[in-house]
Amino acid sequence: MKSLLRNEAVRFVLFSAMILALPALLAGGYLLNVFVFVGIHTLLAVALNLLLGYAGQISLGQAAFFGLGAYASGILTATYGQNPWGTMVAVALAVGLLAFLVGFPILKLKGHYLAMATLGFGIIVYIALNEAVDLTGGPSGLPGIPNLSLGSYVFDSDLKNYYLIWGVTLATILLSLNLVNSRIGRGLRAIHDSEVAARVMGIRVRLLKVQIFALSAVISSIAGSLYAHTMTFVSPTSFGFNFSVELVTMVIIGGLGSIYGSFLGAALLTLLPEMLRAFQDYDIVVYGFLLIAMTMFMPGGLVRGVPELARRLLARPQKGKADA
Amino acid sequence: MNLGQQLAQYILSGLSTGAIYALIGVGFAIIHNATGIINFAQGEFVMLGGMATFFFFSALKVPLVLAVALATGVSTMAGIVFERLAIRPLKNATPINLVIITIGGSILIRGIAMLLWGKDTHSLPTFSGDEPIMLGGATVMPQHLWIFAVTLVVIVCSKLFFSHTISGKAMRACSYNRRAAGLVGIDVRRMVLFSFAISSAMGSMAGIIIAPLTMTSYDVGVMLGLKGFCAAIIGGMSSGLGTVFGGLILGVLEALGAGLFSSGYKDAIAFIILLLILFIRPQGLFRRGESERV
Repeated sequence: MKSLLRNEAVRFVLFSAMILALPALLAGGYLLNVFVFVGIHTLLAVALNLLLGYAGQISLGQAAFFGLGAYASGILTATYGQNPWGTMVAVALAVGLLAFLVGFPILKLKGHYLAMATLGFGIIVYIALNEAVDLTGGPSGLPGIPNLSLGSYVFDSDLKNYYLIWGVTLATILLSLNLVNSRIGRGLRAIHDSEVAARVMGIRVRLLKVQIFALSAVISSIAGSLYAHTMTFVSPTSFGFNFSVELVTMVIIGGLGSIYGSFLGAALLTLLPEMLRAFQDYDIVVYGFLLIAMTMFMPGGLVRGVPELARRLLARPQKGKADA
Repeated sequence: MNLGQQLAQYILSGLSTGAIYALIGVGFAIIHNATGIINFAQGEFVMLGGMATFFFFSALKVPLVLAVALATGVSTMAGIVFERLAIRPLKNATPINLVIITIGGSILIRGIAMLLWGKDTHSLPTFSGDEPIMLGGATVMPQHLWIFAVTLVVIVCSKLFFSHTISGKAMRACSYNRRAAGLVGIDVRRMVLFSFAISSAMGSMAGIIIAPLTMTSYDVGVMLGLKGFCAAIIGGMSSGLGTVFGGLILGVLEALGAGLFSSGYKDAIAFIILLLILFIRPQGLFRRGESERV
């Protein structure tokens, strides 16, 4: 059983089966809607994990690509009546190109400077979304975005959107698993450990960093388009600095460099505010506290921390006997 | 008002917000130099300064001078507690985990402030009246003078502290090389605690002197903190004049941009300047480049 679980393909099939069966358990309730968002957040977290967890490059501006995707899809379909599917692909490519171009100067930076530059980029995009009122509707948002449809089949319910979004997310997870286990993935990890050593081994460090940055922007943009068509309304507050921070938190709490960890992190941080509803105004305090506590006590993320915790709890009774 | 007067007015108000950015930025730099940590909670101490002053002054009817002193004390204590509870227990934490912890700290402090003092925006009275002073065609509010004076005093004091006292020198030693500082008998952990205390005190001073001009609420810390960070980056993370000039340049360019082009994009201007500087001179405006050793 254990050796079977080590097989990447078996794990992916089990994970997909779990995801596809989930709506049956949730019985179409309010939680189903929450899990639609878990899907979108997983997509975003996986995209960021490729950059942060594998290549070791932080981005505090990831919400900008998400927002650009959502707004470009929204404006082109709602205001100009373009075909949503074609728009989604075209927008993703355009956002990817933008990331590729800004990636060259930005990814030359390291550490805090890189964090600050990506943060600055994110804030500039956020302000532009607020200020270009003619195009985006400004702070009050952009309504009237159509649902996606295939022929006469319209994705207009939580259940339909659940399968649409998780279909895309599972495909992205499969693609990412392939990528990180390929030559490119090994190249990314080499960059993470030492850029100079990676360069010495013949990896084109700068190009590879920018390429993975652009890829994560493309995935985030697709997530944005899906979000816009699911919600049928977008407003700038969903794409600010706080959301960029939340995405980084998802990746780190889930576990850096683990694709399934990104799912765990996204699921936890999406479900947590719903569970904290009971605390009402205290939720932000509890949230901040949990963030600190989890980073302090599970620095490797859920993916490594939970098995470690389980092992320690199971090991404790035996240790007690040995002492006696 | 002709263009010259207008420009003088923009530059003046830019210099006063720039002085605030400088104070916050120096706080960033002090912690960064002592610990290598970028303290994303820095902006919250700025907020605490303004909000606590309002609380002591308006709710408890304490005289303004005493309220300012108490508020600085509260924020400094908050900085010390934060260091003891969230930073010191960490051993071998990766830089990225430290970033998350300080972000968590900032969310926590902001949340507590919201619970204690509510979500309303509050205003503080100016320190010495609202009678504008004419100065070369521009009107100066007395509060602007307070901002310049306090910033000057704080910067000069910190300069003296770092170059003439034994604690200040010990903190500088830590920033050059922590292990070597430990070997010559400096208590590195205490110096880290000092750095948090000093920078939260500086941040709260910035928050107190700006509050009468811009109002204050539980969420003002984020933007002010980020701008201070910009100032520190422009200044090449120096805890002295580099960051002060960084803050002043940032404030003036922002005020000119907002006045002459568009006030909606005011905050964007600061970050565009930041990106340009990072792309062209990532080591800051005033520092020579260093090559990385492997």
